[in-house]
Amino acid sequence: MSKYQVTKTIQEINTRIKQGKAVVMTAEEMIPLVKKKGPVAAAKKVDVVTTGTFSPMCSSGAFLNFGQSVPTIKASRVWLNGVPAYAGLAAVDIYVGATEPAEDDPLNKVYPGEFRYGGGHVIQDLVAGQKVQLRAQAYGTDCYPSRKLEKEVTLRDLPNAILVSPRNCYQNYNCAINLSNRTIYTYMGTLRARAGNANYATSGQLSPLMNDPYYKTIGLGTRIFLGGAQGYIIGPGTQHNPDVSRTPGGVPKKAAGTLMVMGDLKEMIPRWLVGVSIQGYGCSLAVGIGVPIPILNEEIANYTGVSDEEIFTQVVDYGYDYPNGVTKTYGEVSYAQLKSDSIVVNGKEVPAAPLSSYSRAKEIAETLKRWIAEEKFLLGEPQSPIPGVHGK
Amino acid sequence: MYSRMLVLRFPQDIVDRPIVCNLVREFDLSFNILKATILPGQDGLMIMELSGHRKNFNRGIKFLEECGVKIKTIGQDINRNMDKCLQCGACTAVCPTGALYIRRPEMEVCFEPEKCSGCELCVAACPVRAMEVHLRNASGF
Repeated sequence: MSKYQVTKTIQEINTRIKQGKAVVMTAEEMIPLVKKKGPVAAAKKVDVVTTGTFSPMCSSGAFLNFGQSVPTIKASRVWLNGVPAYAGLAAVDIYVGATEPAEDDPLNKVYPGEFRYGGGHVIQDLVAGQKVQLRAQAYGTDCYPSRKLEKEVTLRDLPNAILVSPRNCYQNYNCAINLSNRTIYTYMGTLRARAGNANYATSGQLSPLMNDPYYKTIGLGTRIFLGGAQGYIIGPGTQHNPDVSRTPGGVPKKAAGTLMVMGDLKEMIPRWLVGVSIQGYGCSLAVGIGVPIPILNEEIANYTGVSDEEIFTQVVDYGYDYPNGVTKTYGEVSYAQLKSDSIVVNGKEVPAAPLSSYSRAKEIAETLKRWIAEEKFLLGEPQSPIPGVHGK
Repeated sequence: MYSRMLVLRFPQDIVDRPIVCNLVREFDLSFNILKATILPGQDGLMIMELSGHRKNFNRGIKFLEECGVKIKTIGQDINRNMDKCLQCGACTAVCPTGALYIRRPEMEVCFEPEKCSGCELCVAACPVRAMEVHLRNASGF
């Protein structure tokens, strides 16, 4: 006998989606249902819970194939709008990474640098249909004699353009403060001296991996909302680390799981892939991701009922501790506290600011919900799981 | 008590005259200068919060205009490009006056131009450069 009172399979849920009968809720809508009716009733009622996050995700990038020209070329160095791309692949394959700044960027020479244009912006411009200047150098071979190439390309011209990001969708992240005596400029935004502000970076109760904390429903092959189109989870991301301390509800209390994702750039829309310039730090790409969580049983329903009050993260000093590899927490705060305007650190009230857009995360969860309701989106069956907590 | 954040532009022919001090002396107003670029022979720019009795405030403004000062409320020179804004909230961490703030529980990023002091900290802190500030004086620095 099953240990669950409710059991469903992904195939059964997909059948219900195709029949237009599936009940879909956003992770926000699921909270009061689970709290009021309990996980069993919620699991009976709901088939899929949609999540969302929209935030700068530095480990993002795209593989591009720019097609051969005559005479043929084996490009060894390539720039897109002046941004270097990795060309150590086959003849006309490159990878453009989100944080690569334009080669002539003054970086932090004029501190704090502005980092106006980088790989993330190239990706956004391509997705927006704009022309991008491609420049390539080569050493010349018998089969690929050309030594240089310069041409304008658009996303439509490129034979292939695939977003492949080695680490997106971090399951929880630090709340950053700065205990030094000067303002610092970090990937967690501008941090004013003496804990002048606290910045945090996930969408909390709406965030994909907060709603499936042990990665029980997702894996390689899970279909997701990625950059405004349908993409896939292709495995755990780099730095995936499930073995961290967790709440009784299973949610990690610090950065934990990550996802590697891919999708066809040609189907994506610029609203959900936006190049960003982080003052004093560098360029990046804000990526919109939404993961549908199939409610396979009451345990999963219970996970998706998690609210900001039950999700915690650690307050970390970026003034001294983080750059020196010191692991120290200045307190544990809930996302409800972070979203309430301010937190208390060392007895002092510190205003909290998000770097991740909650309202846009909600829009992603709602879009995914609509896609499923309109039968445009079927759940992908995971072929290989994301590694969970060791020994579980 | 009436209070407004103002952008004053001084044409170059009046920058050598004492003007704003008269707001205190003649009109019983108080001000807080947040930014001033006044150099000889060039158009000048000043951002100030001007406060006092409503009637005196209006008389003070009239006096400034009669002196040749061009006056705008600060909101007219600052714009949030809503096509670019990601609604993230990074700007709210650096805004010293609370002009940029988050409306809860929707977590919508809001901008109240009347509260803005024109410090421009948000301009570079915004990851997509959605804040557009035009607080430059005519000579362009």
